[in-house]
Amino acid sequence: MSTFKEKAEKAINKEAAIGLDVDLEEYDQDSIDQHEKIDSLSELNKKDQEVLQSVGVEPDEENRSASFLQKDQTPVFENNMYDGVEIMSVPEALEKHDWLSDYLWTAVQVDADKYTAKAELGELGGYFIRAEPGVKLDLPVQACMFIGDRDTIQTAHNIIIAEENSRINIINGCSTASHVDSAAHIGVSEFFLKKGSTINFTMVHNWDNHVDVRPRTGVILEDDATYVSNYILAKPVENIQAYPTAYCNGKNSRAFFQSILEGHGDSIIDQGSRTILTGENSSSEMITRAISHDESTIYTRGDMHGVSPHVKGHIECMGLVLSENSKIYSVPELKCDTINMELSHEAAVGKIAEDQIQYLTARGLTEEEATSMIVRGFFDIDIKGLPEELARTTKKLIDLSMEGS
Amino acid sequence: MLIYLLNGDYMLLEISDLEVEVEGKKILKGVNLTINEGETHVLLGPNGAGKSTLFMSILGFPNYKVTNGTIIYKDQDITKLSTHERIALGLGVTFQNPPAITGVKLKDLLTIETKKHFAELSDEEVNEKVVKLGERLKLNESFLERDVNLGFSGGEVKRSELLQLLAQQPNFIMFDEPDSGVDIENVELVSKEINTLLDHDKEDGKKGGLLITHLGYILNFVDATHAHILKDGKIVRTGKPKEIMEDIRTSGFGDV
Repeated sequence: MSTFKEKAEKAINKEAAIGLDVDLEEYDQDSIDQHEKIDSLSELNKKDQEVLQSVGVEPDEENRSASFLQKDQTPVFENNMYDGVEIMSVPEALEKHDWLSDYLWTAVQVDADKYTAKAELGELGGYFIRAEPGVKLDLPVQACMFIGDRDTIQTAHNIIIAEENSRINIINGCSTASHVDSAAHIGVSEFFLKKGSTINFTMVHNWDNHVDVRPRTGVILEDDATYVSNYILAKPVENIQAYPTAYCNGKNSRAFFQSILEGHGDSIIDQGSRTILTGENSSSEMITRAISHDESTIYTRGDMHGVSPHVKGHIECMGLVLSENSKIYSVPELKCDTINMELSHEAAVGKIAEDQIQYLTARGLTEEEATSMIVRGFFDIDIKGLPEELARTTKKLIDLSMEGS
Repeated sequence: MLIYLLNGDYMLLEISDLEVEVEGKKILKGVNLTINEGETHVLLGPNGAGKSTLFMSILGFPNYKVTNGTIIYKDQDITKLSTHERIALGLGVTFQNPPAITGVKLKDLLTIETKKHFAELSDEEVNEKVVKLGERLKLNESFLERDVNLGFSGGEVKRSELLQLLAQQPNFIMFDEPDSGVDIENVELVSKEINTLLDHDKEDGKKGGLLITHLGYILNFVDATHAHILKDGKIVRTGKPKEIMEDIRTSGFGDV
């Protein structure tokens, strides 16, 4: 463990390869309040409960299999309702499972940049989720990272393990309390998918105008494992930069990234996904829909790296620029190390086609109604394949995020 | 005051001295056209004459700039109204090549259109109606769930366009090449629905239509009362559809 600390200390000023540099000194972690544990999510005040719901976390825990809530740096709530899946804070999990430390910093490098370093050097937070071998649970596990104090920095180091032939669905909501308009969030997430396992991971972000966000995610897939990520960001944020990486090491492993990005105000969103296709017959697909309003800037990146023969990958990015002063950059990258692979990308960025609006106005819709219908349709990406409850929640969250846009 | 004609019908659409520019180029150069209730007019003319431009101008699409003249619909000057306001007054159109819109399902559109016209129906009744209308045009429920115009065949586009009009129930309808790309078997189906939309099956139908056709084949199935030839932005001849079609067949648009 100490070598991690040493490495982190050396990297504490190391700027990230891409994205704006965040001055972490601006934010405070030393004087963060510890919060008391709660017995039920419905003990939270009404406003906080609404915030939780906006990111897919149900305070009444209906149709959920387990819950976790970290407020600032304190794990205030955890509840396991089904056998075969466990959820708890990482410090607790490290005490319970002596093997767990072997997993730390193996999917994400501790000295990748100052943010990973900060996550290691700050107070240890985050959740541990594990599905036992063969357990297949349709009802999602819900986890929430919640910032309740102004000008604080929240760090988390999440570990998610799907044991052999298990299948687990996770809703991860991240948000600031309604009165918090300035904060930073660093969330390291390391996913481990053992042979034949599946993780469906839906992540919703609902930050505020002055929140800096730096998620750092690594996913390691063994043979026949499937990772499905749905990411939804539809509310303003100061700036966010994330580039989750999936390592398809196993035969027939599959990584699927789907992102819905909406830029508001002067938000800067830099969101990518990367897959390293090493396993024989492994494959990956990345689909992004981005819409920019106001003065926002969106970078959507996709990076597909074929290492072994007979791998497949496709990147698709569609962007709609809805205001004159907003920008969308689409940056797809394909790398082929050998012959016999199929990697492709397609991207289209532009404004809403006028003939589409006219067509709908000729059916009696006003121009605003037409625009909103086209935008909704634009976000109506295929969420088939998701288990029912997760699909329902994901759809609801997409609809919710569309309101007022 | 509505203008009564001798036979007791109202004037539906009256276009006077209409001049229209598209991207700075004058396309319509003084069009005059009057369509009364119960009449169906055919618009003929060579490519680039301005037939589609006339349609788009009647619809009020923003890039079709009216520089002179007026469009009166049921006694109301609609020259400056926006498209959806004209549709609300009872105008309708089928497009020749409508755009595909990803994620917008044909059924969603039909539901909106039906609700606008039949405000009193419950969601369930609207759904029932939409599905029934679809069956009439041989478009089953799973077809209705498709993204509008995305990957539709030529014939499916025509039927989907007509289906939307059946939901809208307009009083004055423009058809842009409803028979192009439709096989013979389906021309009859398409014609039948055009006749229904135009109340041609009723003794005292009050609806009016304007139809662009290249082939003229559809006129074997749809009764048109008047025909016009539009050439270089002006209507150069008006007469009985059969006579005009015959002349075009023998000598083209050159000498009309």
